[in-house]
Amino acid sequence: MVEETRIITKFLQERPDDSWTIDAALGNGAYDGLRKALGMTPADIVAEVTTSGLRGRGGAGFGTGQKWSFLPKEVFPRYLAVNGDEGEPSTFKDHMLVERDPHQLIEGIVITSYAIQCHHAFIYLRGEFALGAERLGQALAEAYERGFVGTNILDSGFDLEIVLHRGAGCYIAGDETGLLSSLEGERAMPRIKPPFPAVQGVYAAPTIVNNVETMSTVPHIINRGGEWYASMGINRSTGTRIFSVSGNVERPGNYEVELGMTFRELIYDLAGGIKGGKGLGFFIPGGASSPWLIEEHLDAPLDMDSVQSELKTMLGSGAIMVYDDTVDPLLVAWRIAKFFAHESCGKCTPCREGAGWLEKVLYRMAHGYGRPEDLDLILGFGNNLAPGLSWPPGMTTICQLGPSTMSPAVSLRNYWYDEIKERMTRDAEARGEIPVRAGTEPAAGIAVEAAV
Amino acid sequence: MSTDAVPMSQWPSEQRYVIPVAPGPELVTLTIDGKQVQARRGELLIKVAQEHGTYIPRFCWHERMKPVGMCRMCLVEVEGMRGMQISCATPIADGMVVNTQSDNVKATQDGVLEFLLINHPLDCPVCDRGGECPLQDQTLAFGPGESRFVEEKRHFAKPIPISDLVLLDRERCIQCGRCTRFAAEIAGDPLIDFGERGASTQVITYPDEPFTSYFSGNTVQICPVGALTASSYRFRARPWDLQTVETSCQTCAVGCRGALQSTSNRIVRLLGVDSEPVNQGWLCDKGRYGYEWVHSDERVRAPMVRKNGELVEVSWPEALDVAADGLRAALDAKGPSSIAILGGARGTNEDAYVWARLAKGVLGTDNVDAQLADGLPAEVVLGLPGATIADLDTARAVVLVAPDLREELPILHLRVRRAAVDLGVPVIEIAPRASGLTRDVTAVLRHAPGEAGAMAEQFARALAGDGTASGSGSIEKAVSALDGRDGDIVVVLGRQSLAESSESVVQAAAALAALPDVKFLSALRRGNVRGAIDLGLTPGFLPGRVTLDTAREHYVDAWGSVPARPGLDAAGVLTAAAAGSIDTVVLLGADPEEDFPDRIRMRAGLDAVGFTIAIGAFAADASAGADVFLPTTVWGEKVGSMTNLEGRVMRQARLVTPEGLTMDDWRIAQELAARLGTDFGFDTVEDVQNEIARVAPAHAGVDAELILRARDGAVLPIADFPDEITFQQVLGVTTGRSWEPIKPGVAADESHLASLGTGVVESSGTGSDTTIKPGLVSADAPEDAAASDAAVESAADLLAARPPLHRWDRAATAPAPAPPDAYSLRLVAARTLYDAGRIVSSSPSLAALATGFALVVHPSDLGRIGVSAEGDDVRVTSARGTITVPVLADAATAPGTAFMPFAQRGPVGPNDLIDITAPVTELRVETTR
Repeated sequence: MVEETRIITKFLQERPDDSWTIDAALGNGAYDGLRKALGMTPADIVAEVTTSGLRGRGGAGFGTGQKWSFLPKEVFPRYLAVNGDEGEPSTFKDHMLVERDPHQLIEGIVITSYAIQCHHAFIYLRGEFALGAERLGQALAEAYERGFVGTNILDSGFDLEIVLHRGAGCYIAGDETGLLSSLEGERAMPRIKPPFPAVQGVYAAPTIVNNVETMSTVPHIINRGGEWYASMGINRSTGTRIFSVSGNVERPGNYEVELGMTFRELIYDLAGGIKGGKGLGFFIPGGASSPWLIEEHLDAPLDMDSVQSELKTMLGSGAIMVYDDTVDPLLVAWRIAKFFAHESCGKCTPCREGAGWLEKVLYRMAHGYGRPEDLDLILGFGNNLAPGLSWPPGMTTICQLGPSTMSPAVSLRNYWYDEIKERMTRDAEARGEIPVRAGTEPAAGIAVEAAV
Repeated sequence: MSTDAVPMSQWPSEQRYVIPVAPGPELVTLTIDGKQVQARRGELLIKVAQEHGTYIPRFCWHERMKPVGMCRMCLVEVEGMRGMQISCATPIADGMVVNTQSDNVKATQDGVLEFLLINHPLDCPVCDRGGECPLQDQTLAFGPGESRFVEEKRHFAKPIPISDLVLLDRERCIQCGRCTRFAAEIAGDPLIDFGERGASTQVITYPDEPFTSYFSGNTVQICPVGALTASSYRFRARPWDLQTVETSCQTCAVGCRGALQSTSNRIVRLLGVDSEPVNQGWLCDKGRYGYEWVHSDERVRAPMVRKNGELVEVSWPEALDVAADGLRAALDAKGPSSIAILGGARGTNEDAYVWARLAKGVLGTDNVDAQLADGLPAEVVLGLPGATIADLDTARAVVLVAPDLREELPILHLRVRRAAVDLGVPVIEIAPRASGLTRDVTAVLRHAPGEAGAMAEQFARALAGDGTASGSGSIEKAVSALDGRDGDIVVVLGRQSLAESSESVVQAAAALAALPDVKFLSALRRGNVRGAIDLGLTPGFLPGRVTLDTAREHYVDAWGSVPARPGLDAAGVLTAAAAGSIDTVVLLGADPEEDFPDRIRMRAGLDAVGFTIAIGAFAADASAGADVFLPTTVWGEKVGSMTNLEGRVMRQARLVTPEGLTMDDWRIAQELAARLGTDFGFDTVEDVQNEIARVAPAHAGVDAELILRARDGAVLPIADFPDEITFQQVLGVTTGRSWEPIKPGVAADESHLASLGTGVVESSGTGSDTTIKPGLVSADAPEDAAASDAAVESAADLLAARPPLHRWDRAATAPAPAPPDAYSLRLVAARTLYDAGRIVSSSPSLAALATGFALVVHPSDLGRIGVSAEGDDVRVTSARGTITVPVLADAATAPGTAFMPFAQRGPVGPNDLIDITAPVTELRVETTR
């Protein structure tokens, strides 16, 4: 029987009633890592985190220490923006960390700010996290009071202001640059890169954007060393991660496990398997953006790199949605498409228009009004939204939302292409309709030559 | 406790990383579709490709705005870079290999266009943009040609007005963000933005706040579809029917280059032309929509003579005879100095010159003034070292001693704003009241009305390092902003308020002119006021920036005679008229009733005049009592040139045939001169231009050929501004597409009319036609540097052989008189963009926008006055008189001062309160209860 490896969730599990209070946290050794860090040089901390192999827990999985080292030399002020927007459907790990162990997060932020030599950090917290905002706000006030944040932190001479900013509720504010726009008071629209945030981020100053879980991990790395952290995990996916398992499982919830565990162990051993003893239909491995997996992939390890290179999907935000074999994949695909169509920020043409188009077609298909050519149609225009229709996708948009929109449709093609075509044909026959226009070709292009 | 390798105390705190705005000078070589090209490192790929003949399709990118990368139409492949790159945000680098034609690129272009069209209504047959639409054109050139979309399209109520002048069709909108970015980045009026998300994304205004920008019309011009339409142009024309000429707007003295368009002999549209030194493609709404007055029913279309107390239509010979007889009678009875000519700032340079010659060379009077006591003394304007508008971009600092530029010279306002916001030029505002630029300037030196001179002196002393200067915080801030910066200080100099004499501003000019490396831009407002002053329609001067005294012999040679003594300015003329020494007045397109700031003096003067000749387009209030009315052609109906506030001579083109029996002003002057015994011998405008070039010192070399051929005109004297002249080798016409920067062409004769919409470059002279891809802006005609250089060289020789140009002797400036003790409030009277002048009141689109008349005070002064609510009437008393007006509160007006918009319609106005000879206007304000 496999078990969780609790590092950042250990304390909050042990003290379910008061883990967010400063007294309880201090009793557990909170801010010890900060004390140790303030005795190190910023460069040493960056080196330690780089050694740990810690990778961003928001979804992209970029090396945290490496990201910090991209800050241009001698350019100040710098900012740290902590991404607590957690908008990826079915992801609820940051939610828990903010509500139940805010001091761990604050400690990570102070250490990180010291490491990157910044005096001003922002926590961009999802607007819907009312309780989280209350507890984190309280925790910040306590941390200020006890001298863990503010001027001359623990007599080190280091100053840091932390601003808690509550988001106004949209998915794309969780994108790195969308978050920065939102933080500045603009519409949360992603920005073109370069310049990358590390060079020109919030208020045109160098900015590091890190996820809540990433920040919460930093104190443990400082306390116990990068080598220790790197000793866990598999390949380049070191340490532990929190996976939010949801859907048709017996015990949905957050599970912190050592990377390298298999999907089967996570879903069946920890989450108790499919609810009601039904069979597995399919599962989404890394949030709604990721292409789906099925039964045959269950024994693959939770390894960010091999999931991408071999399974052509991603661990993303660590949200695993499990569907039993009675669920209609078309209906799920439509519902996810509806989410993306609603959340597309409207900046890039392919996503703004393509996501809405996809939703309209999938709605028809899932509700008995599909046409035999519809699946090819969405794959046809979808190829202009996620070129290659694979993972990682090609990009015609600024951010990943655009191609992610196509993940459900790509999954339909991967596992149920013939089945869906047959179903659409049956639906059309049942309606007794002549298909709107039979035999539409993909968009290859009846390109009119330029009038030269 | 820290063992930091870099001690925390040494972490720099404020060292902002700035992305370089300008590309470096270094040339790099890259390959675009197999062709090697050279361009400056850091230039944007989309621009470099276009300049070398490869048009990359685009919707959101606009050369004058920062790239945003929204539309995804310009994706291309760059070897070595993962995925496709948006060429609008990709700076070029050495060795870059770009493919704009690959299958991937083509597929992406197909895809983006298919996406853009799925929700587009495709109502092209009834769309204003149809025929000149980038979405149409690029679909033709780059699109799939077929849609696979069978769902319901998105629907919105449409069109919705987003301002008084602009309507929005949200179904046509392709969400490129050009309009929203223009409003925020260029205009500084972020009153439109996107609302909603995804396919519902739409341009919105704030719930209670329309898009009330003075620059809103530019969004219509740069919209790549028909989503934004102008209320004045909607459904009026098809683009392929339009006739176009390139001309200069004459609404204010910036002289923005524009493409003026007509159909069926009616002007229907003015588009901004992207003239780098002048307007960079933008127009203000007053200029853009102010063409409507040209066809106003109120125009006078036939000459009139007063018979039995009534003005009746007569033939031109009869009217001219009556006018000439009146002038001759005045000469015979009381001599030349009994005649005065007011106005002339709304005509062309040629009009001004011929009228100056009539006045000074034939009639012999120097009582001539193109300004109506609302400008600056000509000796100051003509005698200060001149700056160009483009000098603002690279100035060490810009100092504003001027009216609110947004209200009076809007495109100059944009240029100063750009210098301040985008180019990091310190801008220092010396003003009695907040302006449209206040929030963007580096330092505000606020002073009481009438005390600009004292404030400028303090600033100048502090800048010169005089420790005794009383250094207020804002002066210190202003001075420190100049630290470590090189270049010239550019002073924008104009009348801050019409409620005070010009002496304080003149004193400010003297103080600032004493600083090293200072140049001046005169912020005079009226259309061709600079041209009129330059060409002698001002007392004490003769055409070409020379004084009567220094150029007397030169002009006696040229003209035969000149006045014996300097004459009177407008205020002097009206005072003399009241005293009886002037009794014949020619109103040359002037309306003292509206424009002269001192109504009592004006009325006393005009009422005493025995014989009035009114020359103009409208029977204005003042000219209604004229004995003779001679109707003139106007802008758009006549050929000529104008001189803008930097002294740039630019060609005016004719587009429509003149209304009725109107005549060019200069021809009227010539006809009158002939009747008085002098034949000027001009057959055409070009004859006048050539005489000006031959005679007027500052205009040496600016002959008809130069005016025709120099793209962007020429700055006077051309020997001092050789780089401002660009000759092109062929005569072309303005080309370009209305939604992209329209490149200035050489203004051809109006027989070379071309439609902007076709994208066809027509060249005369070479006989070659170049047809270009839809959407492609023409490459500029090659420059003819040899011709430009030759023109400048010969002009320098001519200039040296002529009387010296006037230089202002600032040492002779008397200190401004001390303002009297305060009553309660001191008045600032200034114009707003939309006033009751002819351009606004006779243009239906603009008429309703007039500001309206009120007394504006600081909120804290409301209570002091004893007013309970805004809008209540108050009784306002100055030394001159009492009027009753509603009172409004606005924090832009400093406590202790009051603001009144000038020239608003109504029976009373600030001109009832102002004594133009007094240094300031003090007001006592009481409630009417």
